Amino acid sequence: MGKTLTEKILSQKIQEEVEIGRIYIFPVDWVFAQDGTGPLAIKVFEELGISLLSSPSRTLFFLDHASPPPRSELANSHHLIRKFGEKFGAKIYEEGEGICHQLMVENHASPGEIIVGADSHTCTSGALTAFATGMGSTDIAVAMALGKVWMKVPPSIKIILKNSLNNRVMAKDLILHIIGALGANGATYRVLEFAGEGLKALNMDDRFTIANMCVEAGAKTGLFPADEVTKEFLEKMGRGEKYIYLFPDENAVYEREIIMDLSEIEPMVALPHSVDNVRKVKEVKGLKVDQVFIGTCTGGRLSDFKIACEILKGKKVKSRLIIGPASRRVFLEGMKEGVWEILVEAGGVIIPPGCGPCVGIHQGVLADGEVCVSSANRNFRGRMGNPQGLIYLASPATCAATALTGYLTDPREV
Amino acid sequence: MAWRGKVHKFGDNISTDLIIPGRYFHLRGNLSELAKHVMEDADPDFVKKMRKGDFIVAGENFGCGSSREHAPWVIKIAGVRAVLAKSFARIFFRNAINIGLPLIECDTENFKEGDEIEVDIERGEVRNITRDFKVAFTQLPPFLREILNAGGLKEYIRRKKDFEG
Ligand code: SF4
Repeated sequence: MGKTLTEKILSQKIQEEVEIGRIYIFPVDWVFAQDGTGPLAIKVFEELGISLLSSPSRTLFFLDHASPPPRSELANSHHLIRKFGEKFGAKIYEEGEGICHQLMVENHASPGEIIVGADSHTCTSGALTAFATGMGSTDIAVAMALGKVWMKVPPSIKIILKNSLNNRVMAKDLILHIIGALGANGATYRVLEFAGEGLKALNMDDRFTIANMCVEAGAKTGLFPADEVTKEFLEKMGRGEKYIYLFPDENAVYEREIIMDLSEIEPMVALPHSVDNVRKVKEVKGLKVDQVFIGTCTGGRLSDFKIACEILKGKKVKSRLIIGPASRRVFLEGMKEGVWEILVEAGGVIIPPGCGPCVGIHQGVLADGEVCVSSANRNFRGRMGNPQGLIYLASPATCAATALTGYLTDPREV
Repeated sequence: MAWRGKVHKFGDNISTDLIIPGRYFHLRGNLSELAKHVMEDADPDFVKKMRKGDFIVAGENFGCGSSREHAPWVIKIAGVRAVLAKSFARIFFRNAINIGLPLIECDTENFKEGDEIEVDIERGEVRNITRDFKVAFTQLPPFLREILNAGGLKEYIRRKKDFEG
């Protein structure tokens, strides 16, 4: 019987044909935590009674969520993580280096690997054909100690992409559309595997955005096959030798197949307070907006800021605009290409590479009743630090067009 | 073994942000302090109303959102005996097992706030005493039950020093 990408990666890892629905113990290639989940992982690790990391150079910590820290408790968390890194040899990504998921795809994730991270959007690395999934601190502590995790092999849903996206319609619109169609738990315990000729038209940034949000439909991860686009990206990041051709078998068995015509996707928006509460932007037009945020592990990459520049160049914003590059690399690349100048002249505020206001700790907390349109991946009540705030999720293009007019705006109209 | 307690009823898609808001991020180092805010954005009075041994009963997709293990932890530390829901989000599900918080997946439709219920883990049955009906639930796979019975994955590994099998 043919194998899905999930079955291929997982079977190869344990040299045994895995069976969907069964629990196995898998070895992991990378294990990581961030500054919010790391301290608990460290505590659990220390209580396990295992005195060494299974693989220090493959154990990573990212100081990204509260970075630089806005209060002493968080500074203490950073301190604790640094000390742990010194003692056990784990790699620490310092403040300002960027968001864990972006740094994973820039520096680590490669096709065929298993990656576990103490952060739900670990699935971002699925864009590079790694079986990457978010877990809690205890799983991560055990993976740090033993280099292993327990996992139940999930079935896959195949999403077949056709044609290409229209101008100013982005990967974010596609994944919002998919989540709207599937529902917030439509893919629970399942993997979303992307396929079809439409893949060719999706660059790596697009794929990161899509894989990143698969968890918002409840999926264990999202997987793209490893093709020419993957190869080129890995070469650009200096690890071309990690490329392997990795596709599902032609006769693989999926739980479901869904066909998506990319040319029919329109700019989408998720309304408060759930990610599957999705509408077309043109159906909600005219909503007054206080703050726009372009950033995060979903929508803070160079192509996201470039489209914002295209829309905002030489103009002035009418709502507050916060700009958060996903990593130092993105920040530097954007600097060379002059994007920050355009966005700052338009009225934007640039924050350091990291999660910024995404999870409501600092740098853009909403006031009561305020409306924010954000390129992030979650709009749960209270997410941006205030349960009275209203978060709308949209593409970076829609965000930029919205900042420009001060009202939720279809980017094809500016 | 049967557990008896009151129902605290919640709806669908109770996210980890509702279970423990990100604005308390700074308290994550102090779980018992953090537990004072459990379910705060879903029901601000929950901590006042609940008694040790009570149950959280919810609809679909309980625990969706972030991977914060603090979410099942604060529920457990607050004294909730088990969470019953129609379905659980994936990461929350494994986190709860890993920390030893029992989860019961069953039809929760007819449970109401304040109902007195009895959960029999061995028999896979929930009895609603107030409304006099029973619902059955499927037992966890043996490996996960073993983890739960050990008191969580940490205790399991502490004892065995490795996964078995
Ligand atoms: S940017 Fe937001 S979603 Fe991404 S890792 Fe940071 S807090 Fe999580």
